[in-house]
Amino acid sequence: MAAAPNTAHRVAYTINGVIRVATVEPGVTLLDLLREEFDLTGTKKGCDHGQCGACTVLMNGHRINSCLVLAVSRSGSVVTTIEGIGTSDGLHPLQEAFVKHDALQCGYCTPGQICSAIGLISEGTAKTRDEIREGMSGNLCRCGAYTGIVDAIEEVMAAVSDAESLP
Amino acid sequence: MDQEQTVTGKSIFRIDGPPKVRGEAKYAAEYKVPDLLHAYVVTASIAKGRILSIDLSAARQFPGVVEILSHKNRPWFWPVSFLYKDAAGPPGKPFMPLYDDRVHFSGQPVALVIAESYEAARDAAALVGVTYKAEPHATDLARSPAFIPRKHRIGVAPVPHPTGDADRAFASAPVKIEAAYTTSPENHHPMELFATTVEWGDNIVTVYDKTQSPKSVELFLKVAFRLIGRKVRVVSSYVGGGFGLGLRPQQSVFLAVMAAKSLKRSVRLVLPRDHMFALGYRANTVQTVSLAADEKGRLQAIRHKAIAATSQFEDAQDPILLFSASLYRCDNVKLNYELAKLDTVSPCDMRAPGAATGMFALESAMDELAYALGADPLALRLTNYTERDQSENRPFSSKALRECYAQGSERFGWDKRSHAPRSMREDKELIGWGMATGAWEAAMSPAPARAEVRLRSDGKFEVTSSITDIGTGTYTILSQIAADELETPIERIVVRLGDSALPFNPIQGGSWTAATSGAAVQSACRKLKAKITSQAKKAGVLDRRPGTELLSASALADLLKLRRGGELSATGTMFSPPFGKRFSSATHAAVFAEVRVDEELSVVRVTRIVCAVAAGRILNPTTARSQIIGATVMGIGKALHEDTAYDHNLGRCMAHSFGDYHIPSNADVYDIDVVFVDETDTQVSPLGVKGVGEIGVVAVAPAIANAIFHATGQRMRDLPITIDRLARARSRAS
Repeated sequence: MAAAPNTAHRVAYTINGVIRVATVEPGVTLLDLLREEFDLTGTKKGCDHGQCGACTVLMNGHRINSCLVLAVSRSGSVVTTIEGIGTSDGLHPLQEAFVKHDALQCGYCTPGQICSAIGLISEGTAKTRDEIREGMSGNLCRCGAYTGIVDAIEEVMAAVSDAESLP
Repeated sequence: MDQEQTVTGKSIFRIDGPPKVRGEAKYAAEYKVPDLLHAYVVTASIAKGRILSIDLSAARQFPGVVEILSHKNRPWFWPVSFLYKDAAGPPGKPFMPLYDDRVHFSGQPVALVIAESYEAARDAAALVGVTYKAEPHATDLARSPAFIPRKHRIGVAPVPHPTGDADRAFASAPVKIEAAYTTSPENHHPMELFATTVEWGDNIVTVYDKTQSPKSVELFLKVAFRLIGRKVRVVSSYVGGGFGLGLRPQQSVFLAVMAAKSLKRSVRLVLPRDHMFALGYRANTVQTVSLAADEKGRLQAIRHKAIAATSQFEDAQDPILLFSASLYRCDNVKLNYELAKLDTVSPCDMRAPGAATGMFALESAMDELAYALGADPLALRLTNYTERDQSENRPFSSKALRECYAQGSERFGWDKRSHAPRSMREDKELIGWGMATGAWEAAMSPAPARAEVRLRSDGKFEVTSSITDIGTGTYTILSQIAADELETPIERIVVRLGDSALPFNPIQGGSWTAATSGAAVQSACRKLKAKITSQAKKAGVLDRRPGTELLSASALADLLKLRRGGELSATGTMFSPPFGKRFSSATHAAVFAEVRVDEELSVVRVTRIVCAVAAGRILNPTTARSQIIGATVMGIGKALHEDTAYDHNLGRCMAHSFGDYHIPSNADVYDIDVVFVDETDTQVSPLGVKGVGEIGVVAVAPAIANAIFHATGQRMRDLPITIDRLARARSRAS
């Protein structure tokens, strides 16, 4: 981080269940904190403007664009990134469904899509394919894997409403 | 091996899927390198002129700034432009960032700030004060003089020669149409930002780069920066999309290596989204198409003229007119291809370059002709179907376009279409059905490709090749090819790609990777299999029963033990096919589109698309289908959204982000149905593969434009067909 100690702030986040602390300049986004400081590069930078959704993570259970959050502003929050989804030997149902429905090509938008989909499902407002498409439109995919993404989410959503919970 | 046990041709899940959904796949900006500096580019705010001065006083004072490079203090690099030629470069002088004080285009890099953190580099870049002497610029294609390019771009099919007398045939034909079409400039915008991480070492420079060709970048850097004595290794294991923008060594890798060489330090440069508008674009075009037919709809004349944008320093060329002479049977064809120089960065290949813009005009014109004749648009295509490539006077290696028409139209329900425009409606929405034909070259790379396969001590086979996987499924199909050639379960195949230290492969482009790199893998595997078989026989460990795998894991282990750790490997090479082919080879597609147009608001929804594709052998229907779906989505963007809008007064692109350059979002995409038509082709490539990366995009925009005509009665000849354009056309009509 830049050498200007008088402006730097201490922040602490619980990221994927682990408390992480850092000293950051006020201009550092949560996205850059995750990628550059904590080496959690599964969260992607696609626009830095909150327009593409590649940087989507879950903060306190809600999906957010981490490029729009200054790291100093939400210290104390609980953050889940793609590295915290699934286990070391097993994929999360959504990760599995993305592979099964080939809901990705280059893979760059994929972690954001999956975090966003988890947020969408837990919000519980999307019921139909049209509503999934609308609710996922904050996550752009230039490879155009949208139909597979909707298929994957629809399948997991149906399983969740059967089981009434998502692991 | 039994047919049932083979994996090529089957739907295997993408093998790079798990690392990608876990976020473990590493892209160019994600490698952890010690003592890393960060760079940020300062770009020109004028389109043409000279840099008078650069004031660095404020920026240099910014905490964390290490160095600021410009043309005045950059390290040495070769001043001769021919050394910067690359495999995908057109005739002209390649652009060299920070070369001198000249500004060639708005958004051109003029300085590079290098700092201890990304934020410091970015913020200090805003403090760099550049003064310019601006000169008059030209960015408007419609107002720029056109010329016939003197030098032909190597690797791009030349404009077909004229046949017959198109002018006379057009004049005397009973039914004819003539219309002008325009297409806007488009940007590729892969989701991954262009980025380079340079790990600077005394003996080896490792460059993690976003590119479609690690080998091209390696050669380019060695020459440009005279790194001959050093080992340069370019790594692109995962590439977050390319679509053509990564075919040439990009500004980002040039600048990052320049900074690293200058400071003898490791440097990362990630270009922000707005800088990606000035890396290359799909050339905008102005086109005229004249078609004439007899009363039965048989084409009597085709005239197609295209003027495409290029830069002042290179003559970028695309095969815009390639299929205008060969797609339909017609004895009188006249084609004109011209360029107009603009003060922009050079246009570069973007998915189905040329064809996607040229076929928009040709296939829109065919629809216009169908309506002039009172004929069904599909029937008109069938009337003019050709089994031969008339422009080259030779047969096609295979052409199952007729089956594309048949299966696509059946799946779509085309026979239920009512012919008249504005004749289908539901509530407030007009419904339109349109179709178009697509074609793209089925080629193998003109440069040879190599692959190595090695039997590892753990009993797995490791396939290596420098080719990248840009989301195309290359990892997966190469695994499938190797598994079948080695008669081994796919789980025992490991594929490593995207590294210039691995066997040479040309650029990943031209839809030729599966055919070209696949053939190299096939050859390597066959050689290794022969080696293993003979050695196993000698050693007496060949325990093969009919229908089983070549060698069991235990037999392979025995074999390796006998060799006392000595490796077993083989290299395969795919040499470029000989010149003077006896046949033409192309992929074909028939696209059927349904649009719903809100009559009050002129909002267009593309509610259904059926794309029937004939592309030879399909190695993996899952990944191939995704390629076609993805290209269709890009086609929707081309038809309705994508426009790199310029302010010609400023000579500056007005789009800076996804907020003003719209690409399709999830809500813009409804049902897309892909049909792969059976097509056996033993001549096109050793694997019988034609490639599926680009064919999907070609026919989408004209099919949508034709559907909009059918829905509204408005013929939309300018892309993209935005809400305001459609609303204006409607108000003009009423």
